[in-house]
Amino acid sequence: MHDKILLSHGEGGKRTRDLIARVIARYFDNPVLSPLFDAGLLGRIGGEIAFTTDGYVVTPPFFPGGDIGRLAVCGTVNDLAVCGAKAVAISCGLILEEGLPMDTLERALAAMRDAAKEAEVTIACGDTKVVERGKGDGIFITTAGVGVSADGWRPAPSEIRPGDRIVLTGSMGDHQVAVLVARRNLALDAPVLSDVAPLGGLLLPLLPRFSGKVRFMRDPTRGGVGVTLNEMASAANARFVLDEARLPVRESVRGVCEILGFDPLYLANEGKAVLIVAGDAAEALVAALREHPYGREATIIGEVREGGSGVRMRTLAGGVRAVDYPVGDQLPRIC
Amino acid sequence: MNRSMKYIDDFRDPATAKALVERIRRDAGDAPIRLMEVCGTHTVAIARGGIRPLLSGAVAMLSGPGCPVCVTPDGYIDAAIALGRERGALLASFGDMLRVPGKSSSLEKEKGNGLEVRVVYSPLDAVTLAAATPDREVVFLGVGFETTAPAIGGAIRTAAERGVGNFSVLSSVRTIPEAMGVLAADPEVRIEGFLCPAHVSVVIGSDAYRPIARRYGIPCVVAGFEPLDILLGISMLLRQKREGVARVENEYSRVATSTGNRKAQDLIRDVFVPCDTGWRGIGVIRGSGLRIADRYASFDAEVKFDAPVVFAPEASACRCGDVLKGKILPVDCPLFGKGCVPEEPYGPCMVSGEGTCAAFFKYGA
Repeated sequence: MHDKILLSHGEGGKRTRDLIARVIARYFDNPVLSPLFDAGLLGRIGGEIAFTTDGYVVTPPFFPGGDIGRLAVCGTVNDLAVCGAKAVAISCGLILEEGLPMDTLERALAAMRDAAKEAEVTIACGDTKVVERGKGDGIFITTAGVGVSADGWRPAPSEIRPGDRIVLTGSMGDHQVAVLVARRNLALDAPVLSDVAPLGGLLLPLLPRFSGKVRFMRDPTRGGVGVTLNEMASAANARFVLDEARLPVRESVRGVCEILGFDPLYLANEGKAVLIVAGDAAEALVAALREHPYGREATIIGEVREGGSGVRMRTLAGGVRAVDYPVGDQLPRIC
Repeated sequence: MNRSMKYIDDFRDPATAKALVERIRRDAGDAPIRLMEVCGTHTVAIARGGIRPLLSGAVAMLSGPGCPVCVTPDGYIDAAIALGRERGALLASFGDMLRVPGKSSSLEKEKGNGLEVRVVYSPLDAVTLAAATPDREVVFLGVGFETTAPAIGGAIRTAAERGVGNFSVLSSVRTIPEAMGVLAADPEVRIEGFLCPAHVSVVIGSDAYRPIARRYGIPCVVAGFEPLDILLGISMLLRQKREGVARVENEYSRVATSTGNRKAQDLIRDVFVPCDTGWRGIGVIRGSGLRIADRYASFDAEVKFDAPVVFAPEASACRCGDVLKGKILPVDCPLFGKGCVPEEPYGPCMVSGEGTCAAFFKYGA
């Protein structure tokens, strides 16, 4: 096998076949994918089917706490999980740049395999394309995911009522800061690790246990908790009020934000969920989340109030202000 | 970093904030006192902290001209675009400048049409860029106040020492006290106290505001950017008002001193000389600009390309000028939230993250 990806690895001939059979299939060794048919045959699935898709272009592809492979699996699994669906199968589309070290590809594949194992999902089909040097950025991954909602839970923003609580499963901004630090080569006393993790095991067992109490769930990825809550509030036509003192942010993440002028509310997470929960069940649900390794720092960050829609925040200074969508990138300060 | 973050928490303590708000309300008179926060970073911190409504009835916070992006005239943007378009210069800029409207376009729109603009995080990055592209003229868009001036001056000196001849700066550096003087003298603005900038004061020192306190009888307090800094600064201004005095006090004494950073001041004096300059929405203010000194003229883009920035403001419905002077609040501008929103800004106060209109729009102050 070659030590670098060549254009001919994507041309459909013998080299493509070799790459798939000798490298990719070695990592994704399961009965659905192994026959290498044109489609993965999943068998019969009982329950409501959920279907999602995503593309992964993170740079650098390897960062503290994770990498593009783990991200691809977890991102897809989490989109299904917050819709109440257990991931059954995902696809793996690889877009590789000519010259990509084979070792890099294999590390990403190994990470996908490990994350899929953890999330109990089958990588059921795939595709590999190679683009000329300079026309890509090393490795891009696209996925689609199929999940099944066994007990019939569905997102129900219209069920959100004043008095409901807003629950966040852990600290904000870890993923984006980890990537930023890796990209800029910033040296920090305390390293920040990406939170990238599959959330099915954390969220799905709670749905039957707290039947009728969990109204709506989202994973606050790009745009962070701030944007996600705005989208949730418009979907629910509800007024959310956050409590700044209760927003969980790691000290090292806050430090980076202070220096570079970012607001953790708008930084991406890859292993967190926001839940809108009936007020009478919120404390118990937070306690249940905290029993799981990915929910140890779960907390109530705000509540749903009467009157209007949108997101507001009670500040540390004791005032109240709007939490809106950001415009453009969050740029560092200039004076 | 952990220790320093705990330190920051001390300046965000809710119980202390509550006590300070109560003290401010106790000290307030019948009519709200008109205080101006000069600096854009204060404007944002006040909006983010929800401080304005917290003090309503007791204190009217006016936002001043201390956002460098906002006060940069459209002629400057036009001059920068022309340097790129007509002289083939590679422009290097802070990111905030990209969306600022010139007369007919912005750097962002021109970038989409092929103008070469690189976003840098420090003026020194632009020198490095010039050294790496010796066949191109690199022009750094030097926009800022006394805080940014030493960095721009340092970049010019570095370019001179290293012989990076293809580097120059289009200077739009301004000084704060001169602008405060104009506002203090304006009977329409009626400022009763200045909350003076934190970072600028670290460079120039709190003594720089003495002439304003003395000449106009307006209390000045230098304050940090944390919520408690701001509340304490406001409280100190109210106490001065009650005592009937007007002096310069320093709430931010943990960083800023009365004399400031001498080294930075020397650097500014070496590279720049004061000049009259036009402020968007305000007009020409005597001695409020810093142009590049003649001995560094080869690094002055206006001289090098014989392309002076023209200050020729046009009348428009945009009332950024009155917002920058604290005469009106953004909500009183007919364009605010209608023809002028952060995605499609009409005026500069809506463009910059530190602009008053953007802060009002974003945080609903």
